[in-house]
Parts: sequence; C-alpha cells; structure tokens
Amino acid sequence: MVVPAQAEQQGSDVAMRQLPALVGVFAYLSLLTIGGGMSAFPEMKTLTVDVYHWLTFPQLIHFFSVGQLAPGPNMMMVAAIGEWIAGPLGALVVVIAFFLPTALITFSVGRLWNRLEGWPWRDVIQRGLAPVAIGLLLSGSLTVAKGAVTGWLTAFIAVAVFGLLLRTRINPAILIFGSGLIGLFTYLDRW
Amino acid sequence: MAPDRLTLYQIFAAFLVIGATSIGGGLVAYVRRGLVTKRRWVDDPTFVQMLSISEALPGLNGTNIAILAGDHLRGARGAIAAIFGICLPGALIMVAAAIAYRSQGDHPVVAAMLATIAAAAVGLSFSVTVQLGKNLLKRLSDFVFVGLTVLFVHGLHLSILVAVFAVGGLAIWWYRPRPSSREVTSQ
Repeated sequence: MVVPAQAEQQGSDVAMRQLPALVGVFAYLSLLTIGGGMSAFPEMKTLTVDVYHWLTFPQLIHFFSVGQLAPGPNMMMVAAIGEWIAGPLGALVVVIAFFLPTALITFSVGRLWNRLEGWPWRDVIQRGLAPVAIGLLLSGSLTVAKGAVTGWLTAFIAVAVFGLLLRTRINPAILIFGSGLIGLFTYLDRW
Repeated sequence: MAPDRLTLYQIFAAFLVIGATSIGGGLVAYVRRGLVTKRRWVDDPTFVQMLSISEALPGLNGTNIAILAGDHLRGARGAIAAIFGICLPGALIMVAAAIAYRSQGDHPVVAAMLATIAAAAVGLSFSVTVQLGKNLLKRLSDFVFVGLTVLFVHGLHLSILVAVFAVGGLAIWWYRPRPSSREVTSQ
C-alpha cells in the first residue's frame, strides 16, 4: 500500500493495452455464434484461456455458471470477462465487440432476406446450416462439460437436469438455483 | 397492429422488461410472450419468420430477434432501442458479478455453488441442443453433418470458422436446388 497510485496506474495501462485484443477476439467470436451463443464457446476457451491467458478454464466455467443466473442473452457472460480483464471499460468494449457485428449482419440480411423469398438457394442455405448449427451447439456443450463435470456429483446433476428438462416443462431457472443449493449443502456438509 | 404509433421509449421499455425477467435461458420464448402474446405488436407468422432468419445467421437468437422486431416496429432506431433494452440488465448484472467474483470468487462456498451450477448448465445446454435438433434434424445426412461438425471442432481442433465453411459448404451443396426436387415441392 506504499505506492498504490503508481501500481494502479500500471494496472490500468496493462488493461488498456488489452483493449485492441479484446475487440478483435470478441468480434471474431461474435461471428461464430451460429445456432446460439454456445457455438462460440470452444473457440472462446481456446482464445481467452490458452492463447491470451486472460483467465483460467475454471474461472471461465465460473463466469459461464454465473451467466446462467443472469437474465437476458445467455452469453452476457462476456461482459463479466471484459470486466475481469480490463474493468468497466473492458466490459463495455467486449459487449460492443461481441454484439455489434452480428447486430449489423442481422439488420442488413433481415431486410434482404424478405426480398429473397422464392430464391431457391435461400431455403437451401437455411437447410444446410441447420445441422452445422446443431453440431456447433453440441461442440460448445462438450467443451463446457469437460470443464464442469469433475466428479460423480456434477455428472449426476448434469444428467438429472438434462433428463428433467427433456421430460418435464419445469423452468430451467429452478433447476439452476436448486443445483446451487446442492453446492451450498455439500460445502456446509464438509465444514 | 399499429407499429407507427409506438415510440422508441415504448420499444426500449418492452425489451428492457424482457431483458430483466428472462431468467433460466429460453430468451426467445420470453420475447415471443412479450411481443406476440402480451402486447400484440408482432403476429405469430411474422415472429416465426424472424426466428428462422435469426437461427440461420450468426448472433444469439434472442438478440437477433430483438434487432428484427425493432426494425419491423420502428426501423433502424427501433432496432437500436430493442437491442439496448434486451442487453442492458444482463450486462449490468454480469459486470456486478465479475466485481463480486474478484473479491469473493476464491471463497470455498462460492466455488462449491458455482461448481454445481455449472453442472446444471451443462444439462441445460445439452437439452437445448437436443430440443433444437429434434426440430431441425430430419434425415440421416443431417446427422452426418452434425457429426462432421463436432469432429472438426473437437477431433481435429480446427477453428470453428473452418468447420462452418467446410461442413456448411458441403451441406449446402448436398441440399442444392435440383430441378426435379423443385417440381416436387411446388406441386
């Protein structure tokens, strides 16, 4: 605590230098979210954890988990990653980089799409990309599973939630919060 | 429906409410309930059309639909109001979560709870994939393309963009418009 001002100054300089890389990485990840946000998850893990070392894989899984508790778009976890790496400005930069490119694409293609009705390739593109989107979602789920399923309890929870969501009409939020409670109980039990 | 009479503030407020209440995934269902069922700003066929465009394009389905619905209701400015509204609550919550995580994240009780929540999120993620797959995968070739995509990403560790262009290109070519099939569908 002797030279906090200088240390803080250096810290924010480091954070500022990360901003261009953050823009590049998250704008690129944005283009990979075909089918859903999870499609970008394997590449997000590679870039943020293995290439840039902005955070560890367990930390990424933690942000992903917290993201499940927050309302709105499910990949808003990127705001937390931006905050973590470069503070509030980092969060703002990452959110814009992650949502602006696809927003512009959707806006322009949406207007074009209606005019392309009857063009035979339109439906073919949609038809052909559907299985790719499912494959990407499956890959994203597998990447999260690798980080999140660490023992018999987490494996049991994952399978139970999967089964309940497919068999019943239960609100996923209840299962997410319930699983958090199980985690709390395991901690209290050990303690 | 009278989209012209909607103000930008009304559009922003509607999407802000959706963005603040849509807990537990399934954002598209919340958007549908807010726009089609509750406010009747968008009719169901239009919404289904928007959803199919959203699914084919990069971007999250929920935010893509916000862009398309905002544009439908009030043009470009409506789209901006919609995406700001739907993103703002979650973004603020996640920034607050990251700040809290920085000071409390290494606490064992936080780690224990996040571990089980992550496990539940895995189940949720697989169930969303299966439910979408049930609607979209119809033929054996579809499943082959799913398998190829997973192989590209996980087995070969290639960039997702490579998988999209290689497998997506192959799939589009596979389902390319053929004169005979077009006759069949038009009958």
